[in-house]
Amino acid sequence: MAPQKTRGTTRDAGTTRELDVDALLADRGIRILVCCGAGGVGKTTTAAAIALRAAESGRRAVVLTIDPARRLAQSLGLTELDNIPRPVVGFDPAAGGSLDAMMLDMKRTFDEVVEQHATPEKAEQILANPFYVAVSSSFAGTQEYMAMEKLGQLRQQSDADDRWDLIVVDTPPSRSALDFLDAPKRLGTFLDGRFIRLLMAPAKAGGKAYLKALTAGMSLTVGVMTKLLGGDLLRDAQTFVAALDTMFGGFRQRADQTYALLQNPETAFLVVAAPQRDALREAAFFVERLAVESMPLAGVVVNRVQGVEGGLTRGRAEDAAAALADEPERATTAALLRLHADLATIADAHRGHIARFTTGHPGIPLIEVPAAATDIHDLDGLRAVGAALSGRPHSAAAGVGA
Amino acid sequence: MPSTSPSHGVRLHVVTGKGGTGKTTVAAALALALARQGRRVLLVEVEDRQGISQLFDISPLGHEEVQILADPSGGSLWGLSVEPKAALMEYLQKFYKLGRAGALLQKAGAVDFATTIAPGLRDVLLIGKVYEAVGRTQGRAKDRVYDAVVLDAPPTGRVVRFLGVNDELAQLARMGPIRNQADSITALLQSRATVVHLVTLLEEMPVQECLDAMEELGAGGLHVGGIVVNEVRDPVLSDDDLDAIASGAAPELAHRVAGDLESVGIKSPDKVAAVLLREASDHVDRLDLQAEQDQRIQAQGRAVFYLPALSGGIEAGGIGVLADELTTQEMV
Repeated sequence: MAPQKTRGTTRDAGTTRELDVDALLADRGIRILVCCGAGGVGKTTTAAAIALRAAESGRRAVVLTIDPARRLAQSLGLTELDNIPRPVVGFDPAAGGSLDAMMLDMKRTFDEVVEQHATPEKAEQILANPFYVAVSSSFAGTQEYMAMEKLGQLRQQSDADDRWDLIVVDTPPSRSALDFLDAPKRLGTFLDGRFIRLLMAPAKAGGKAYLKALTAGMSLTVGVMTKLLGGDLLRDAQTFVAALDTMFGGFRQRADQTYALLQNPETAFLVVAAPQRDALREAAFFVERLAVESMPLAGVVVNRVQGVEGGLTRGRAEDAAAALADEPERATTAALLRLHADLATIADAHRGHIARFTTGHPGIPLIEVPAAATDIHDLDGLRAVGAALSGRPHSAAAGVGA
Repeated sequence: MPSTSPSHGVRLHVVTGKGGTGKTTVAAALALALARQGRRVLLVEVEDRQGISQLFDISPLGHEEVQILADPSGGSLWGLSVEPKAALMEYLQKFYKLGRAGALLQKAGAVDFATTIAPGLRDVLLIGKVYEAVGRTQGRAKDRVYDAVVLDAPPTGRVVRFLGVNDELAQLARMGPIRNQADSITALLQSRATVVHLVTLLEEMPVQECLDAMEELGAGGLHVGGIVVNEVRDPVLSDDDLDAIASGAAPELAHRVAGDLESVGIKSPDKVAAVLLREASDHVDRLDLQAEQDQRIQAQGRAVFYLPALSGGIEAGGIGVLADELTTQEMV
């Protein structure tokens, strides 16, 4: 492949291929696209733009967003967080596709899981348990877990009624991008683990003989826990765990299923980043982690990349600005040149960060989306981003804002 | 320090903002500004991102406090990355003198439980460590070890929950030592000794999150300090230039600019002039957007501080520039 020029950015084609989003969307074998990356890099916008482009190229797509900006949500017709996929108004169905969008409601998703798997009386009991209320609405990792749970549900539904052939998932704004891979397993491990058995032992035992088999160490541990947490909390936790335990056939199993789904060749991951050191470092961790977990990486999207046109370098622009500076009637041109020099400086920094990433991760397809002057708040804006993602920008306005 | 400064009498500065707004950078600049005034300052991170060590180009921080720098003023800056497991063990050791039981808890998975799963517990452990550092004293005079603690807190989306952990915990742990600890922490966080500073960019989403967080923080009984607007770009063009570009006086302007470019020997001046004017037009759009967002910030009637975009990056030298800005603008 010849060296490619991407909006003023020349990359060494020997180490980096350009990510072909359109080819990815045209591949009917791909049923799930997961957009992941650090917070604040434009993940949700990328997910929405890809879903829109997929739908307008004939896919029947649904996009699961986690925490969209108000105006982005409005552009997708998402006025409330109700956990139900709804058709997006205003997309172009000419190619025979469809587009639904939904916002994840973490607590409701958890409630639904409970209601689905427990008898009505038992469900009521669990939903009212203070421990459940805390876990379902606040536990670090619940959002990640529920995003994956919802993904599993959508995937099942798409098999059952054929409503969708592509699910695009946004991932929660985690502390680190890796949280969303780890959280489900962590919850599964915990609920299946030894500590839970320990918590449950006193509740279950009620004088049963095997309580005597509890080692002195375990009794001591329970004693310490009671002392630390107080008896009420421990009792609530025990009731909660006992209730969950009887109905689930193992959270671990569910987490494992999710894992398997993510490893399936029908899934593709897009790692989203911004051209900054931190965001690209997170992207690098994620890329490496996906490889370790045998999860299929389609490529990396770098949003908000500053490009420069015109072939005028920073140094040349600064020199020219200096040469014009003394003539008042040429002040405007000098100012324009200084602005250009500023942009070129930013573009150089971006290019440097991206080059560092590609050097460390050769061969990973990457696409740069240029910085937009304004925020995205309608379908046209998303279309422009989609076009830029496919490397075929149809307007200069294409790009990802905030 | 003027009494109008949001830092008057503050011992704990909590810095938050939407992801990507540079809250770690601002927290570091604030801590450095305080240290340069002769104070002994602890800069704390709680998400194990190693943002502080990267900013100051030092070895990764751990659960031990290390000195990052000593200032000629007599002040010093210390760093700490709170690790929940270590915090839990420290807590158990301090309050319960747990030797064997601590190890047993670890073995049984209770430590994993407390530090990763239990609702709010992890956060209480993290804040608990910060609380301990704020209140720590030394010597017979019981002097405070740190004059100020600056916390690089979780992003706005999670900060209220993080600082309000104790409410959640209070509902769960209705009594006992954890409850007592939670109550003491809440008292510090809701006192005037603690302020929460919000970092934002002049873009729609970060500003929206900033405003939402201010409302939530207020409702949670926490005190908002300053709003720090990060990465502000100086207007490169004069108002007249901006007006000319915005008014679309393009053909004459393009012609004039091309002539100027040609006079200093720039090749294909017409093409370059068109590029420059397009860039300027984007710049105008961006400035309009910034002005709009700035108005939303100003409308809050809070102390607002502006930090420049540093095109050269934010390594230690850049942090110094930002620290001086905060001092000049009397944030500290």
